[in-house]
Amino acid sequence: MLKVDKEIVSFSINPGGYAKGGTSLENKTGGWRSFRPVLNKEKCVNCMICWLNCPDDSIVVKDGQMLGFDYDYCKGCSLCSNVCPTKAISMVPEV
Amino acid sequence: MAINLKQIAGMEAAYVKGHRMCAGCGVAVFVRELFIASKTAGVDVVIANATGCLEVTSSVYPESAWKYPWLHVAFENAPAAISGVERAYYALKAKGKIKDDRKVKFVAIGGDGASFDIGLQSLSGALERGHNILYIAYDNEAYMNTGYQRSSATPLYADTTTAPFGKKIPGKTQTRKDLFAIAVAHGIPYAATVSIYHWNDLITKIQKALTVEGPTFILSLTPCIPGWNMPVGDAVSLAKAAVETGYWPLVEYENGVYKWSSANPKQLKPIEEFLASQKRFAKLLKNPELLEKFKQDVISNYEKYKKLCGVA
Ligand SMILES: Cc1ncc(C[n+]2csc(CCOP(=O)(O)OP(=O)(O)O)c2C)c(N)n1
Ligand code: SF4
Ligand code: SF4
Repeated sequence: MLKVDKEIVSFSINPGGYAKGGTSLENKTGGWRSFRPVLNKEKCVNCMICWLNCPDDSIVVKDGQMLGFDYDYCKGCSLCSNVCPTKAISMVPEV
Repeated sequence: MAINLKQIAGMEAAYVKGHRMCAGCGVAVFVRELFIASKTAGVDVVIANATGCLEVTSSVYPESAWKYPWLHVAFENAPAAISGVERAYYALKAKGKIKDDRKVKFVAIGGDGASFDIGLQSLSGALERGHNILYIAYDNEAYMNTGYQRSSATPLYADTTTAPFGKKIPGKTQTRKDLFAIAVAHGIPYAATVSIYHWNDLITKIQKALTVEGPTFILSLTPCIPGWNMPVGDAVSLAKAAVETGYWPLVEYENGVYKWSSANPKQLKPIEEFLASQKRFAKLLKNPELLEKFKQDVISNYEKYKKLCGVA
């Protein structure tokens, strides 16, 4: 016959972990970059296509104006440069 | 609800920076479009996220990139988890413990591994029970987070780490599973396919999927940089090429009726425009015989959906 060496009377379930929303801001990803986007303000028509497509929310916009990039987080992926209809964003090597 | 980009640009992100998705990831672009859809539709969302790139990179403990209530349980059960959240919410509401009257949709999101394979029975159960949920399959066409293994969504002849294109086999030898058809077979009120380049079409469809009562389903093509082995800044242009070549037909299904999206091309471009920059297809492109079979598969899927939509 099977022998039970310990009877389980009660047990608690590990409650799991939680994190506060939006705290990934702690993690600055700008260091990933090997190319940086640079804006030519004269060509920019503020269409906001770059803002829509930046996977890292690193296009700085105020009052409908494209102001530039948040280099603390921009990973240098060049998506903004590729989707820009007026070719106002160029990618330059980081030094 | 039409979107004016200039009006909404700069709105606070609900999926914030600092997440660890690869540079240029198509899934991260999709999630931006998802929160724009939810905010502009005026529908709050609660999200259950299956294990995969999106979950892992957005919830590196003790951080979270989410400003929505967000839950992770496991790889295979996001639809079951969101079903429980949805039931709990309505139970508490019925007891008077939740008093506000805001519009809420319960959303589960997972990659193609989670959606097409390991979580399929969980997804089927949730759709069949009729919860007020939106299920989103972000389809990057393989198990990317663990190193590009083939899934049932991986296309024919694609090179993956578990079905490599070599002398013995030409990559994946099976065609893609039609998860859209499976979802629709549950008799749900709304389903649609989307692609991240066609953002207006995508946002309008997600707004609808969030607003319609009951279970709804979105299937999104979201290019993956290392998995598709493609140039880092090309996620959006490849999503565009996928639609323009007929690789990814855009359709809606609403209350039993299929609808062909106006964002579909008038004339198809050659499939090579979609394949050329992806190294997972490099060997296929050198094999005219298999390439022809690949084309036939793409066209037969495209024609199948055109026919369902009643388009000549
Ligand atoms: C039951 C179980 N099996 C395996 C794993 C390991 N695993 C974690 S993520 C993942 C792949 C996820 O692929 P997919 O759903 O396509 O999402 P993607 O990573 O492509 O975004 C796997 C196999 C797991 N977490 N749980
Ligand atoms: S390079 Fe990429 S991460 Fe940087 S601003 Fe442009 S789209 Fe965003
Ligand atoms: S592996 Fe692919 S899906 Fe995953 S984060 Fe990187 S680009 Fe995105």
